[in-house]
Amino acid sequence: MLSSKIKSNEIVFGSFNKELLEEIIFYGIGLGADFVEIFIENTDNSSVLAEEDFITSVSPSFGRGAGIRIFKDKKDGFVSTNDLTKHGLMRSVSQAIEMLDITNNKKGESFKGLNEHRDYSLSKKNWINEVPSIHEISEKLLVSTKSLKKNNKIITRKGSYSRNLQEVIIASSDGTYVSDIRLHQTVGLNVIASDAQYRSSGSRRFGSSGMPNEFRSWDHEKAANDVFESSMNMLFADYVDAGQMPVVLANKFGGVIFHEACGHLLETTQIERGTTPFEHKLNEKIAHESVTAIDEGISEGSFGSLSVDDEGMEPEKSVLIKDGILKKFISDRAGELRTGHKRTGSGRRQNYSFAAASRMRNTYIAKGDYSKEDLINSISDGLYCKSMGGGSVGATGQFNFAVEEGYLIKNGKLTNPVKGATLIGEAKEVMPKISMCGNDLELAPGFCGSISGSVNVTVGQPHIKVDSITVGGR
Amino acid sequence: MNPREITTQISEAADSLNIRKWDYGASFSNDYSVQVDKGDAKQLKASQKQILTIRVWNKSNLVGITTTSDISESGIKKALNQANIASDFGNKNESTEFSPLAKDPIKVKEFKKRSPVGIKKLLTLLREAEVKLIKSHQSIKSVPYNGISESFFERIYANSDGAFRSFSKSQAALYLYARAEEKNNKPRSSGSVKLGYGVEDIDIESCIREASNKTISHLNYSSIKTDKYLICFSPESFLTIINAFSSMFNARSIIDGVSLSNKNSIGEKLSTEALNIYDDGLHEKNIASSPFDGEGTPTKRLCLINRGIIENFIHSESTARIFKTIPTGHAGLGSKVSVSPDWIVVEKSERNFDLKTSLDHSTYEGEFVYIEELNAIHAGVRASQGSFSLPFDGWLYKNGTKISIESATVAGDIKYLLKNIVNIESNQEVTTSGISPHIWVDELSITGDA
Repeated sequence: MLSSKIKSNEIVFGSFNKELLEEIIFYGIGLGADFVEIFIENTDNSSVLAEEDFITSVSPSFGRGAGIRIFKDKKDGFVSTNDLTKHGLMRSVSQAIEMLDITNNKKGESFKGLNEHRDYSLSKKNWINEVPSIHEISEKLLVSTKSLKKNNKIITRKGSYSRNLQEVIIASSDGTYVSDIRLHQTVGLNVIASDAQYRSSGSRRFGSSGMPNEFRSWDHEKAANDVFESSMNMLFADYVDAGQMPVVLANKFGGVIFHEACGHLLETTQIERGTTPFEHKLNEKIAHESVTAIDEGISEGSFGSLSVDDEGMEPEKSVLIKDGILKKFISDRAGELRTGHKRTGSGRRQNYSFAAASRMRNTYIAKGDYSKEDLINSISDGLYCKSMGGGSVGATGQFNFAVEEGYLIKNGKLTNPVKGATLIGEAKEVMPKISMCGNDLELAPGFCGSISGSVNVTVGQPHIKVDSITVGGR
Repeated sequence: MNPREITTQISEAADSLNIRKWDYGASFSNDYSVQVDKGDAKQLKASQKQILTIRVWNKSNLVGITTTSDISESGIKKALNQANIASDFGNKNESTEFSPLAKDPIKVKEFKKRSPVGIKKLLTLLREAEVKLIKSHQSIKSVPYNGISESFFERIYANSDGAFRSFSKSQAALYLYARAEEKNNKPRSSGSVKLGYGVEDIDIESCIREASNKTISHLNYSSIKTDKYLICFSPESFLTIINAFSSMFNARSIIDGVSLSNKNSIGEKLSTEALNIYDDGLHEKNIASSPFDGEGTPTKRLCLINRGIIENFIHSESTARIFKTIPTGHAGLGSKVSVSPDWIVVEKSERNFDLKTSLDHSTYEGEFVYIEELNAIHAGVRASQGSFSLPFDGWLYKNGTKISIESATVAGDIKYLLKNIVNIESNQEVTTSGISPHIWVDELSITGDA
């Protein structure tokens, strides 16, 4: 009996928990589950806010919890708890079993014990001591907000930093037994500029994963200049006229359009729901031949990178679209079970209180052959979207994105700044219209909210040209 | 652990750490939810959650804060310690104190609290609802977004000055979003959300009917010509707009320079004088009501706009002190205390002589756009600038017929919108975020494909 090996009655981070985890999994399998997964998390987070020339908020937080997922056939039951004792975890397993209406006389799969421990945290245990102190962060944020004070039109200056250190243990009845430590840091600057009745804002956010010293090398002066320049350019901008027009989307955060408009539709959760138009399009052309799109979790330091996903699988580099042809979907364990698409190391969740789901990591359109100028020169009357705001995609695939900083294109040249633009369309109609890709691929960090909460991602692309899209305005 | 025990434990731990001034907010919840997919249970979910936020004041009266899910003895001590360390970085520019109203009596001592019906019952109800919704029309092929949930929670606020408040309640929710498809047409989707204190309070049939009717009504669609239109906002969509620009009434946003209002805006004319807006967190129809805010201040009804004029701002303790007034019960609990509205109530004032009362969404025969629901608020609203550009679901009414609008946005400026209200219908409707009648606005820009 595995239960005879129990040494601890509570999960202890940094300690050997194998026997306890095995007993809990064995308990679930013994009750008839097909599959049992335990995700345990310990977090140590901190955030700092600087406004004008003061630190106005320092917010540390810490916590721990477990998410237990049981599969029976294609159904799953998920229970989360803050109680990491043996009793608490067993109770959660029982609750999941009961929810799924599993009875003892229907035995599930066998469990042969956990595999050898894969410990991805070994080289990361000192990260918590290497990250900058609150004092160091505060000083740099205050220097940053001071840098934003470039003229008297700037009426609001903000700098923010957040650090998320997450220690996880993942164990499941297929033998998976993994530990990892994840570190994400972000820093952002915002301004509001005002002159008489005119107002504008500017913002930039930077982020990294797994790089404790990254904040120290952040070029706050360059960031401040970018934010200031953006707000000044937009201060007296006119509202854009609505209509159909060609647009050039800038590189880096311009990739949010692919993320929202197409990336989400390539997650197997969308196939499960029947809400993606691409469900039966594998190996068919869904985009212009100039488009190759990738989702991966392996670029060193990128915000969406991970050593192992939240289901214990190492991330792979997935070519989603190759020369316009759909090649792969982004899949997790439930996605593989329910849709047949192989897992891609993309099972992700915000924290222990969410079940993992197929989610994007670092997602971008690959670079092409054109310069930015080639793209702009090819348009006689259109819009250049230098900086994108947020966006969303509806239940039937329509998307919309706010343009934070836009310029009219007239006769192949950038002209006046314009505000109030929104890009509207549907992925399957827009993807074939991405006719030119630049040679200047860059990535940008962001947060993506979806079925399994908010996760760190990277969006990216080179400059791209969309032949025609609806631009909402006044 | 009961609320009094936690307070005692925090008090003892604070004493041992020589922390003399502290307060805390805590919440404990048990949530259960299910989703279904064509009759099968898809995901069944249960969670037990606890969150404790502790603030401490150091000897210089600077505040530090920590949030944790660990309420063991060691967890509480660690939280107090971390908050104490964080207090070294407390805001020297703006002090925080206990709310002067944290010991005032609260109006509502008990809320309706239902017993859990359990996951199996939730699953049965949702399965039945899904079947009925799919059967309600041949074009409805699936209900891709659905869920039913019940939550049971308790909230506490206490401080070292002897203030202590707690309440517990239950809440349930049902949402059904159907997808309809017809040959040679794009799929269309719409839905409905219903809340109740418990599952037995939710009108499931009405949710099914609404989701079905809305979805079917969008099957016959067409693009709309880009132009300026007379607009009728549904109660839900008007409340969405008001909530998105609630920084106009928010003292925190005003101090931070991200509001369209300023400290002197009380008494300023913001809209047609036919408009009254209140924030009424304790309204009997507000399922999510709470008797006190994050700082322990009692929740109350507050007039924000009276006959088109700004009458009050919403406050926390510190913003109220800066504005030389009293807290209004709209604070969170944080290192920098946030301020947010509870439940907006929109109504027609008695000064409504200039309204065009012939504009009634159920009888008017002229051309107008009916905005049923606004989407992507996070992306399309610039609250600090007053502008919005938002996709919406709605219809174009023309020559006595209505046709669903395919993929369009409405854009404008909030001050323009409020000043160009041409009618406020008489009947108020209860939504999940407040109460409002239908509101008519002239000359807003719509961008369509045509």
